[in-house]
Amino acid sequence: MILEMNNIKKSFGELEVLKDISFNVSEGEVVSIIGPSGSGKSTLLRCATFLETADSGEIKYLGETAAKTGADGKMKYVSAGELKKFKNYFGLVFQSFNLFPHFSVIKNVTDAPINVQKRSKSEVMDDAKAILSKMGLEQKADSYPCQLSGGQQQRVAIARALAMKPDVLFFDEPTSALDPELTGEVLKVIKQLAEERMTMVIVTHEMAFARAVSDRVIFMDGGVIVEQGDPEEVFGAPKMERTKQFLKHYGQ
Amino acid sequence: MTLQTILSELTRCFGTTFSLFLLTLVGSLPLGLLIALGRMSKNGLVSGITRIYISIMRGTPLMLQLWIVFFGLPKLLPDIVTGNWRYIAAVIAFVINYAAYFAEIYRSGIESIPRGQYEAADVLGYGKVQTFFKIILPQVIKIVLPSITNEVITLVKDTSLCYAIGVVEMFTRAKQIATLNGTLTSFVVAGVIYYIFNYVVDWVMLRFEKKLSYYKA
Repeated sequence: MILEMNNIKKSFGELEVLKDISFNVSEGEVVSIIGPSGSGKSTLLRCATFLETADSGEIKYLGETAAKTGADGKMKYVSAGELKKFKNYFGLVFQSFNLFPHFSVIKNVTDAPINVQKRSKSEVMDDAKAILSKMGLEQKADSYPCQLSGGQQQRVAIARALAMKPDVLFFDEPTSALDPELTGEVLKVIKQLAEERMTMVIVTHEMAFARAVSDRVIFMDGGVIVEQGDPEEVFGAPKMERTKQFLKHYGQ
Repeated sequence: MTLQTILSELTRCFGTTFSLFLLTLVGSLPLGLLIALGRMSKNGLVSGITRIYISIMRGTPLMLQLWIVFFGLPKLLPDIVTGNWRYIAAVIAFVINYAAYFAEIYRSGIESIPRGQYEAADVLGYGKVQTFFKIILPQVIKIVLPSITNEVITLVKDTSLCYAIGVVEMFTRAKQIATLNGTLTSFVVAGVIYYIFNYVVDWVMLRFEKKLSYYKA
């Protein structure tokens, strides 16, 4: 199991965003998480990537525990130093790309592998060039993010995450900030990664894409997993009333 | 006194003006960053103290601060007074005053960096210090440079306030010569030199801005 999240709870003040969610990802699996805004999808990803601290539950990567509720009922994370090791296990692609604007494309992709992971510069450069050309961006290595379209920027962000050699890649609504005509090029790249059996968790509103690319679809609403399963089942014959309503709204 | 001697006298004293200017920047630019970080600290005591500090430094006249440092500090630390005390007091007063202004400029710059930059750095495993110096600060410098230029130009002119504690920089000398000659010539010459100096400062700062214009935020 690449990622195990057990009984995760998270509240923002009075608002309970995640209500006892358990969620696993195994190697080579592509999981899509769908659901209405405010259903807790993004918060779940943010808890998995340690951008938010969960209130209780358990988070494990590759069988190692990163956080667990202690005997006192409080969530206990490993030390910041140890957490750094866990950050090697995953990559995250943001809705708003969050590229470093003062770095060229190639520096965006190579800086963390060189200066955080301390890998050899020549190896990282070779890797990065291969990844960029796979993303169709080999011509853009020396460009700056501001010179690229949104779709290109998001592909650079994917390349940046891949250069860290993560065991699992998370996508937080990767096409929501893009013009409709640019979503295709980003989805194509993700699809290509799925074909290569990259382990991925994708929070998305692109229903047709989720149906086509995933091994498993999770429908979340109100901080719980309402329904999950094979995409053909969830999209084709949803069991829960709430899922039906939601998919109807999306014209599926 | 001929124009020639006035010019040579004033350019000689310009050395003091210039070194005061340079030392103030060397001291206040880093100190301001430190104060900005203190001001944004989650520690209430640290942020409270720096906020009061900034408020006092910006809320009282620089000339008054010069006097307080020049006359007041030796009362607390009598050993501090050396032959060069006037000049040193001026540098101290300028550094602590300008650091307060720079701190607020840095703070506005740092606060304008989107959260996503910190989150992206965090997920990639950058530590706090690495994130600040590699990701955040370079972007902040680009954002704040025009405001910094404004302050630097003001500083050039503010150095003339030193005449209040008798530091013989260019303005003090111009005033002495004016009194001696009974004409305004020395003031006009000093004004021209200040103007040229600021023209150069502006040009240099624009070069920096140009250098950083290779990307848009």
